[in-house]
Amino acid sequence: MPDIELVNMSRHVCRNVNLRIMDREIFVIVGTTGAGKTTLLNVIAGVADYKGSVLIDGASVDKVSPRRRGVGYLFQGLALFPHMTVEANIAFGLCAAGMEKSAADRRVASLMEMMHIKHLAHRYPHTLSGGEKKRVALARSLAPSPQVLLLDEPTASLDHQTAKYLRTELVSLLKRLEMTTVYVTHDLREAEEIADRIALMSHGRIEQVSTPRDFFFDPRNEFVSEFVGMPNIIECTRSRTLTSGLVEVVSDEMTMVLPYDGGNIRKIAIPPDDIYISDVKPPGPALNRFTGKVVEISRYGSNVRVRVSIGKNRLLAELPASAFDELSLEEGKDVHVVIKLRRLRYVES
Amino acid sequence: MNNKSGRLQSAWGALPVVVFIAVWEIVGRFDLFPGQFFFPPFSAVVKEFYHLTANGVLGKNFASSLVRVLIGLCSGSIAGIFVGVMMGWRSVINRALNPIISLLYPIPALGWLPLLMLWIGINEMLPITIIFICSFFPVVYNTATGIRNVDGRYVQAAETLGASNMRILFKVVIPLALPNIFTGLRLEAGMSWRVLIAAEMVAIPTGIGALLMQAESLVRVDIIMVCLIVLSVMCLLFERVFVIMERRLIGKWSNHA
Repeated sequence: MPDIELVNMSRHVCRNVNLRIMDREIFVIVGTTGAGKTTLLNVIAGVADYKGSVLIDGASVDKVSPRRRGVGYLFQGLALFPHMTVEANIAFGLCAAGMEKSAADRRVASLMEMMHIKHLAHRYPHTLSGGEKKRVALARSLAPSPQVLLLDEPTASLDHQTAKYLRTELVSLLKRLEMTTVYVTHDLREAEEIADRIALMSHGRIEQVSTPRDFFFDPRNEFVSEFVGMPNIIECTRSRTLTSGLVEVVSDEMTMVLPYDGGNIRKIAIPPDDIYISDVKPPGPALNRFTGKVVEISRYGSNVRVRVSIGKNRLLAELPASAFDELSLEEGKDVHVVIKLRRLRYVES
Repeated sequence: MNNKSGRLQSAWGALPVVVFIAVWEIVGRFDLFPGQFFFPPFSAVVKEFYHLTANGVLGKNFASSLVRVLIGLCSGSIAGIFVGVMMGWRSVINRALNPIISLLYPIPALGWLPLLMLWIGINEMLPITIIFICSFFPVVYNTATGIRNVDGRYVQAAETLGASNMRILFKVVIPLALPNIFTGLRLEAGMSWRVLIAAEMVAIPTGIGALLMQAESLVRVDIIMVCLIVLSVMCLLFERVFVIMERRLIGKWSNHA
């Protein structure tokens, strides 16, 4: 499978984008709406004009039409042909390539089997659910055995459960096919789950390209830090395994118990909205609960950010303004801090 | 339950027609209209329809009109679809032809009659050419609009799947433009009969229009009414044929495209 390279690519909001996507990599592009994510996919697929250069497997494809780039593209709107059945949609690319009918039928049958949509073969797209449509569109884009797969928000507009199920299947499929994949999403958690590397885009620029972990522990600039939710990075001085699945980590005066099943932990990242602050002692065991002092309070949109010092550690908590107004917090006041470990991220030693 | 309610709805729909015919029969039979001579009852019209059919006059004139409509409508529609597809698919052709089409489209089909009488003469080609013109322009317009309105994402998807331009046109774009194309065809199917009758009334000695004019000169209101009923049924029938074709070809998906 080939690698993809964009050299000084410009189109619409995208200006002089330089990017290299490795062979067989699942490369996820995240960013806010209008950041230029779909534009990037359109350029790679060749369905949009651009300046600069696109190289696939080291060869420039700037003069190569979309039909010869060897790219499978799952469009955001899916673009399933409404006048064709599921079977005919999937077979479209095979017939276009001049594949013999019996061979095409076999390939369509195996793709439908793989995507669990065999029972939908004779249905029209408008009779399918959102999840089923995505599967059909994916099977159709995989049918001509593309070298590169472009996926534009493949789980968007699905309910949480279906999206999660589809994502899991998709990742296992991509790993199995060992296909160079560019996956666009606006959901950072989704990106973390599936990406080998992530690129964060903003206003047509690539802000950072790194592994999912580096996004949290080594954000290149404030925008990246804001995008990932300005997590509190805590350096751990020591850690020890308590029992299978639990580890105790110590950072200055803070001792936390985390669900973890690996080696020693060196750093942990805690998102600000996972830190709960109270001016009265919360009920329950004293696990992951601390007392600290408010050092800074600032408004941030409809939320309030409160910085609390616990020994040498300084934690940033973010809470809705309505919740903040119910507390009588002020700078210098002692508060109780509870750390929720819903979205814990860590760096091992 | 559904069949029963369907039958009830059909019966309810037929009721106004039955009432209309009954009122017509009563008004004609009891001389409620000034001058019964000019308003024959429905039964007299039916009787005349039988006579005209039996002696072959209606059949002969109807066949003449039908052949003209079929040739004019088919040739006009095929040419209209071809030019419309070209204009919708290639912007350079659209730019070249659009000014001409825009200028000629608003001219009523019958407006061409005096010119065509001079150019073609009074022969079979005259009504066929009028019907050709009548169907050509609206079909061009609707087809070109349909082709242009096909969502570009479908074309892009087909391109990335490796389809050639011709394959995209014939397998994706034209099928997706069919709802628009059928709108033009359906409208012109009925319109072609209306235009034909007018042309035959003015210039051609055979056909339903000519029969109408002969009946007028002989003050045969019953024959006039037979001709008008035939015309009305043919307009409806032709439109219906296209509705059925449309439903068969694109009914499974067209409301969801």
